[in-house]
Amino acid sequence: MIRDITIGQYYPAESVIHRLDPRVKIVCTLLFLVSLFIQNSVLGYGLATIFLVCVIRISRVPFKFIVKGLKPVVILLLFTVVMNLFLTRGGETLVHFWIFTITESGLRTSVLMAVRLIYLVIGSSLMTFTTSPNGLTDGLEKLLHPLNRVNVPVHEVAMMMSIALRFIPILLEETDKIMKAQMARGADFESGNIIQRAKAMIPILVPLFVSAFRRANDLAMAMEARCYHGGEGRTKMKPLKYRARDRWAYAVTLLYLVLIFAVGRFVSFRLWIF
Amino acid sequence: MSIALEHVNYIYSPGTAYEKHALKDVSFEIGQGQFVGIIGHTGSGKSTLIQHLNGLIRATSGKVLYDGQNIYDEGYDMRKLRSQVGLVFQYPEYQLFEADVLSDVCFGPKNQGLSQEECEKNAREALELVGFPEKYYRQSPFELSGGQKRRAAIAGILAMHPKVLVLDEPTAGLDPKGRDEILDQIEHLHRETGMTVVLVSHSMEDIAKYVERIIVMNRGEKMLDGTPREVFAHYRELEKVGLAAPQVTYVMHDLKERGFPVSADATTIEEAADEIMRSFHD
Amino acid sequence: MEMIHAEKLVYEYDKRDEEGNVIGTNRAIDGVDIDIPQGSFVAVLGHNGSGKSTLAKHMNAILVPTGGTIWVDGMDTKDPDELWNVRQTAGMVFQNPDNQIIGTVVEEDVGFGPENLGVPTDEIWKRVEDSLRSVGMLEYRKASPNKLSGGQKQRVAIAGVIAMEPKCIVLDEPTAMLDPNGRKEVIRAVETLRAEKNVTVILITHYMEEVIDADQVFVMDGGHIVMHGTPREIFSRVDELKSYRMDVPQVTMLAEELRKRGLDLPRGILRREELVEALCRLR
Repeated sequence: MIRDITIGQYYPAESVIHRLDPRVKIVCTLLFLVSLFIQNSVLGYGLATIFLVCVIRISRVPFKFIVKGLKPVVILLLFTVVMNLFLTRGGETLVHFWIFTITESGLRTSVLMAVRLIYLVIGSSLMTFTTSPNGLTDGLEKLLHPLNRVNVPVHEVAMMMSIALRFIPILLEETDKIMKAQMARGADFESGNIIQRAKAMIPILVPLFVSAFRRANDLAMAMEARCYHGGEGRTKMKPLKYRARDRWAYAVTLLYLVLIFAVGRFVSFRLWIF
Repeated sequence: MSIALEHVNYIYSPGTAYEKHALKDVSFEIGQGQFVGIIGHTGSGKSTLIQHLNGLIRATSGKVLYDGQNIYDEGYDMRKLRSQVGLVFQYPEYQLFEADVLSDVCFGPKNQGLSQEECEKNAREALELVGFPEKYYRQSPFELSGGQKRRAAIAGILAMHPKVLVLDEPTAGLDPKGRDEILDQIEHLHRETGMTVVLVSHSMEDIAKYVERIIVMNRGEKMLDGTPREVFAHYRELEKVGLAAPQVTYVMHDLKERGFPVSADATTIEEAADEIMRSFHD
Repeated sequence: MEMIHAEKLVYEYDKRDEEGNVIGTNRAIDGVDIDIPQGSFVAVLGHNGSGKSTLAKHMNAILVPTGGTIWVDGMDTKDPDELWNVRQTAGMVFQNPDNQIIGTVVEEDVGFGPENLGVPTDEIWKRVEDSLRSVGMLEYRKASPNKLSGGQKQRVAIAGVIAMEPKCIVLDEPTAMLDPNGRKEVIRAVETLRAEKNVTVILITHYMEEVIDADQVFVMDGGHIVMHGTPREIFSRVDELKSYRMDVPQVTMLAEELRKRGLDLPRGILRREELVEALCRLR
């Protein structure tokens, strides 16, 4: 069950999107996220849909895999939908029973919010699906490099991130193992009230922390043994260089953003299907 | 108290790209008091198999019968099953979590709902059974040596008074003496209490020395099942699936080929030495 | 020329009580003298806690002696100016395959060492390819380490060290967590390296079968070197080895048993063919 979470995972495939410079993907993802917030019209979402679908198709990440990534946010999604559905007032009343009222604008907002949230998750997980964690941290390191001047240890932070990403699957597997081992000793994680359940986690958390520290210690030693001494004097196996395709990607994304902006700003008509 | 598997299949993540048929139509019965070894190379399904024995993994199809009753029956008490079939995972010391050894060993009995005194009594007995020195009872389990940690972890299962003890590579990572000590202790336990023991191991030498029956797993299927002599007679087939016979078995085969009047089915040093000496005295 | 040379090496660490106060010192290594010639294959045996891993960590300056001196290719490991040279000269492979792979893609992990050394990009690619090939892992270069078997991970770790072009590789129980096939893979990779690159290999282990081909074997116990010799010399002293919690290969054990029962077999038989040969001669 824990292994089903696909958010933050890398999906290796051969595609133009995979080959793009990570910096492009980071910046364009941010721009896409911005695009979701500067407008709230059906036309705008239509544009966003087209953009997203095109990117997904080009990336060759299976749609099923992407949908699976939505699982962990389902509860948040439902919560948002329900809140918006019942608490938004205005427009025609569609349904009314007891203390609940669903209005036209409530329905509208909740649908749009749901779409926004889904696109948000898909957009950002698409970045992690198509960028190896190392690429991602390399990209971040390079993008944030100017912060070095104000004494932010950018290289160290980036290195920590990439190590964290490498160890997430290992620690998840370990959690699974420890859980089973404690279940074999009769531990029960499913029944009881919240406090009892929280207490039942101790036999998992303590070994997990012990193991995480042991691993951290081992890893630090292994890194030192391989002459790691910070970012100074380090060369790169895969230095980041912008190529033609990266410039194109920027151009396309910017074009998309301008369109979205135009839609949000100047298109006054609201296409509304209801 | 027998355990029987009937046509057990297990499929990992069915319907996804990671789908894997981990167990294919596995059937066997382990009788009360047997000392059984399970061998198979990594990925052969043996870890999945042993987790079926105490219900941690539920078969996709097939039955697991404990003492004649199907454990997948409605309302079957899984927690009771888990205390009857004690499963010691690989590197079990990674599950230790309490402030001291004794309390950690008490975890199992406590989950069984025993009183504090009973828990402690069972824990002390279990620690004694595995030869854990009493002076360390109140020490933090994290400060012990590798071998002692391993003992404490095995005691954690024994304290629940299981009828069947399943061990997944209990000697992994230990030094030679530590390996022998743990296995001798398990054999002693088997002899003293008549407990059924299922031992998963990569060491053919150890398996040959201790068990009375071997089940060989390959690609999720039961490939062979028999006494060490019977199983290791198939050493060529074993090699094809990434396994081997104990070294002495090879020596015997070589000798036979060179015209020694020996039978080649010895699997332990004792048996081999007896057979070679006999050939010299005849 | 000595690759590793140690004189009266001592390593002490503080024993602490629960509040962290020092209550005494432990000697993990106690007066070790060791000489390892360039290009040789040396094995160090010893039970858990015998000090063999501590000794290994001195060869890479991960630990610095508290007494005595150890020289790696003539460099004193205590000299802070030589630290990175020492570590580049003597590469190290550790026990747990998961805890020493830094990269999320095989080739990136192998490139990690050369990156740290400041090797130019083109050269890194050449080294990565070359070292992955020499451990037989080139086809997995784009794979995620998490998808590899234990033996494959250890081979990647070895490639990661080779890419730094060390003169010497210290393997600290590289096979302890592997299954028999994984062990074989790793040992075979080490053998290939010795043949191809003429590096000095120091193998710390407690699997007796792995040390049969070594030029010299050291046995450690309680921080001391208690036995030293060729594998044959070492394995002919079965009872002494057992007293240090060690074992001998099963073939050696069988020969020893037959000797005890009166057969006139030579001591220190290591391989199956030797035993069969010796028995045939007796008939």
